[in-house]
Amino acid sequence: MSAITGDDIRALVRPGRVNRRVYTDPDIFELELERIFGSAWIYVGHESQVKNPGDFLATRIGRKPLLLVRDAASRIQLLHNQCAHRGSMVVASSGGHTSEFRCCYHGWTYHLDGRLKAAPLLHGYPSHFDPDNPEAAMLRVPRVASYRGFVFGSLAADGPSLEDYLGHMTTSFDDMVDRAPDGELEAAGGVFKHSYKANWKLYLENLCDAAHPLFTHQSSIDAAQQQSDAVHSDGSGEIALRQMRQNGAPYSFWEANVGIWTYPNGHSFLGDYHDDAKLVAAMNDPAFRDYIAAMEARNGKEKTKRILEVRRWNSNVYPNLSFTSQFQQLRVVHPISVNETVVHTYSFRLKGAPARMFENTISFANTVNGTGSLVLTDDLEIYTRIGLGLASAGAEWLEIGRGFAGDLPDEHGGRRGKNSTSEIYIRNMFEAWLAMMAPDVRQASVPSARGATLASVADMRR
Amino acid sequence: MTHGTSDAWARLQPIAQSGAPALAECERFLLHEARLLDEGRFDEWLGLFTPDAWYWVPAEPAQVSPRDTISLIYDDRRLLETRVRRLASPRIYSQEPRSRTSRMIGNVTLEETDAAAVTVRSKFQLLEYRRETQRIFGGTCLHRLVRGENGIRIAWKRVDLVNCDAPHEGLAVPF
Repeated sequence: MSAITGDDIRALVRPGRVNRRVYTDPDIFELELERIFGSAWIYVGHESQVKNPGDFLATRIGRKPLLLVRDAASRIQLLHNQCAHRGSMVVASSGGHTSEFRCCYHGWTYHLDGRLKAAPLLHGYPSHFDPDNPEAAMLRVPRVASYRGFVFGSLAADGPSLEDYLGHMTTSFDDMVDRAPDGELEAAGGVFKHSYKANWKLYLENLCDAAHPLFTHQSSIDAAQQQSDAVHSDGSGEIALRQMRQNGAPYSFWEANVGIWTYPNGHSFLGDYHDDAKLVAAMNDPAFRDYIAAMEARNGKEKTKRILEVRRWNSNVYPNLSFTSQFQQLRVVHPISVNETVVHTYSFRLKGAPARMFENTISFANTVNGTGSLVLTDDLEIYTRIGLGLASAGAEWLEIGRGFAGDLPDEHGGRRGKNSTSEIYIRNMFEAWLAMMAPDVRQASVPSARGATLASVADMRR
Repeated sequence: MTHGTSDAWARLQPIAQSGAPALAECERFLLHEARLLDEGRFDEWLGLFTPDAWYWVPAEPAQVSPRDTISLIYDDRRLLETRVRRLASPRIYSQEPRSRTSRMIGNVTLEETDAAAVTVRSKFQLLEYRRETQRIFGGTCLHRLVRGENGIRIAWKRVDLVNCDAPHEGLAVPF
């Protein structure tokens, strides 16, 4: 691995192009785990998943198994799920409640904050072994921090704070949380796990891609457009069909009505501009009327209107998180190997909202994130086909240049595409990728599509 | 076996004229259904369902409801029609190439028989071959069968995969 130099890495990314090796080279993959997943803030769970002292949740960063724990003092802990003795994984379940962790091998037990509690046969260890040594523990991940209930961990002891790392993306989390009448979210409704045989980066690269639905999802768009609404539905099918028909919006819609914004550290979101018509239209749903009433009771009319006016679609937090605030969906991309990826997707309940709102969230999840959905199955096929195609060395350089000339500075320190069909968010992710993978590179020398735009953003910051 | 006991959509329409199907008749029906699926005759498969049927593949073991928990598939009749129409599309890339499947049905028992309908429990194993990869699925099926004017119809079908909560690649072919 050490054979790959910073220059080698930098040679893989050119303005508007990227070398196929970033998706296929096992050595680069290992380096990504070390330098990206080993340093960036990585989403590890939501505080509602460990509500009470003793609650724990199995999670991971890269390939490392971790435990998110609410300790006896109600603090959030992020521990390596590994015994200090022989290194075995201590907790085998996906989550639960406990008063301590006990290794099944020799019975070492640990406090909820990871400290060693007791170990049998302590008299038998050599004199250098000290059970009070802080390293004789289920070790804590160096840094853990939350933003409005969303918990992130970093395997690096030093680096930017979580809020600095997220930057303007905190407003996307705000958008999601502020939609709850009680101002809180609760992870609920189970987790989808879907897998594909290709590189982990392809997932986020698809999530703000406004140019693919018309092609990739044509089978479900056609089938939904031909579907008679006279046929019996319990409501779940109606929501699914609405979404599939929306995927059939023509390019003119994506180019005229939808925007793409990107921010430092590889983050981005896809959103349309404020649109009252959709809000009013949505009020025909009685559950939505009740929801608005609950929101107005808490926030007042004006603030409620402001909250619900935000029309963000997918918000991507580099390197592996994407969420949809309007439908309370969140996806975590787990790299398994250079060409194997597993994605976990979660739904959130808006506390204080009518139950029917969460049923809509579930219907939406089944449609957009479901392993058997009429939509996602075709996305998974695309990822795997990219994996198959990239095995060929024919196309050495892949294009990520769509919208290249149209990048514009954004008032919050980022850049936006001229419209949502721009691949600016992929170029933006590769800038973050380069900064972490070849950390000796100075920002100014990053091969970039933005050139003059970089300078103008810098000017704005002065 | 129902999910959400009081919802109108989960209730059966009573079939007055004749009694609930008997075991042998149910077994023949399940084999017929499996054959339609294996042969890709999805329109005919759809024709086996009642006009207000639902089709459910839970994402969790012993899942209670499709309303407040995600499902690998949860189709009301309208969405099931869309699913089947999509399966016929030449642009269904997740079925290019098409899967070939082979289903074994066994351990068929009757549960909750009443005058008009019967819940049939069965075990299944399904081999799916596509693009140089073979997958195997297995689990328990529950069919609520009623007698309609044109023979037995499915009021609802629930498929519990033994690995429902595992990471899966796309599940494009119905179980």
